[in-house]
Amino acid sequence: MSEPRLVEVRRNVLKQNDVIARALREQFRAAGVFVVSLVSSPGSGKTTFLEKILTQLQPRYRVAALVGDLATENDAVRLARSKAPVKQITTGTLCHLEAAMVQNALQDWDLHQLDFLFIENVGNLVCPSSYDLGENLRLVLMSVTEGEDKPLKYPTIFNSADVAVITKNELATAVEFDWETARRSIESVRPGMQIFRLSAKTGEGMEDYLQFLAQQLTEHRAVTHI
Amino acid sequence: MHELSIAMSIVEAAMDEAQRRGVHVSAVHLRLGALSGVVKDALLFSYEVACQDTALAGSKLIVEDVPVVVFCPRCKEKRMLTSVQSFACPECDTPTMDVRQGKELEVFALEVEEQGVSE
Repeated sequence: MSEPRLVEVRRNVLKQNDVIARALREQFRAAGVFVVSLVSSPGSGKTTFLEKILTQLQPRYRVAALVGDLATENDAVRLARSKAPVKQITTGTLCHLEAAMVQNALQDWDLHQLDFLFIENVGNLVCPSSYDLGENLRLVLMSVTEGEDKPLKYPTIFNSADVAVITKNELATAVEFDWETARRSIESVRPGMQIFRLSAKTGEGMEDYLQFLAQQLTEHRAVTHI
Repeated sequence: MHELSIAMSIVEAAMDEAQRRGVHVSAVHLRLGALSGVVKDALLFSYEVACQDTALAGSKLIVEDVPVVVFCPRCKEKRMLTSVQSFACPECDTPTMDVRQGKELEVFALEVEEQGVSE
């Protein structure tokens, strides 16, 4: 009988995903495209927000979107109204996107023809936080109807994001949204995170966000083309 | 819930290591960061399911919780966070995003027995 012994292996469980994500990031850099991923809970307004963003960026920029959904293609159909190239990734029962799915979906797209690529993750505030998609910026959305303490309930995903967008601001008064409490919640789990407060429906606050994106693209290209 | 797909990746990684070493795995030691986005209980449950009908069937998953450690720019020290709801130094309350530990999702070690040995 041999005694059980302990061998050290030190293997990152998500290594495969991380390797693909790194390759994607390099591909995005080489093509000069700025990639934004969107995460939020279901129903926070990701698709409406993205539809407006795609429409409003198009006069000046070349944009496209990948959209993850469990079962339907409804979101892709809605986004296609913006006339931007849109591709659906149907995940089946999977609650998040993985880097390999993004890589697959991009196979027949020429990234050099794009300025911005948006990746809308499956509506879920838990699972997407573990998976790097190679994106340059991770955006977390929450609507004013969700409650000011959402960031404290889902600290991991807020912590993993770069920018927060508070949506459906046109409803803020009706639901007595406490902006200061929400801001403090975000600041607590992700100090220093930039926050945009807007209404995709009325257009309020959208201009600031569009300017922010334009500036990000300029900085991205300045760094990557040294 | 993405713990099942994580559990399957753990089983895959462990089987790969076991095959290369020609050993049988009786337990997998995992380091799980508080910021990994993985729920321990769901993972332990999923692990049993993921092991079924594989060479790891009957093996144990032993999880070491890894707390979040940040670097405080004011104290110039590494500090352990008491809660992932507050990214601030527990000593001086200075906010910080300089995370030094806590994102781990790592198969750290395997408990193995030489193959061909029966109980």
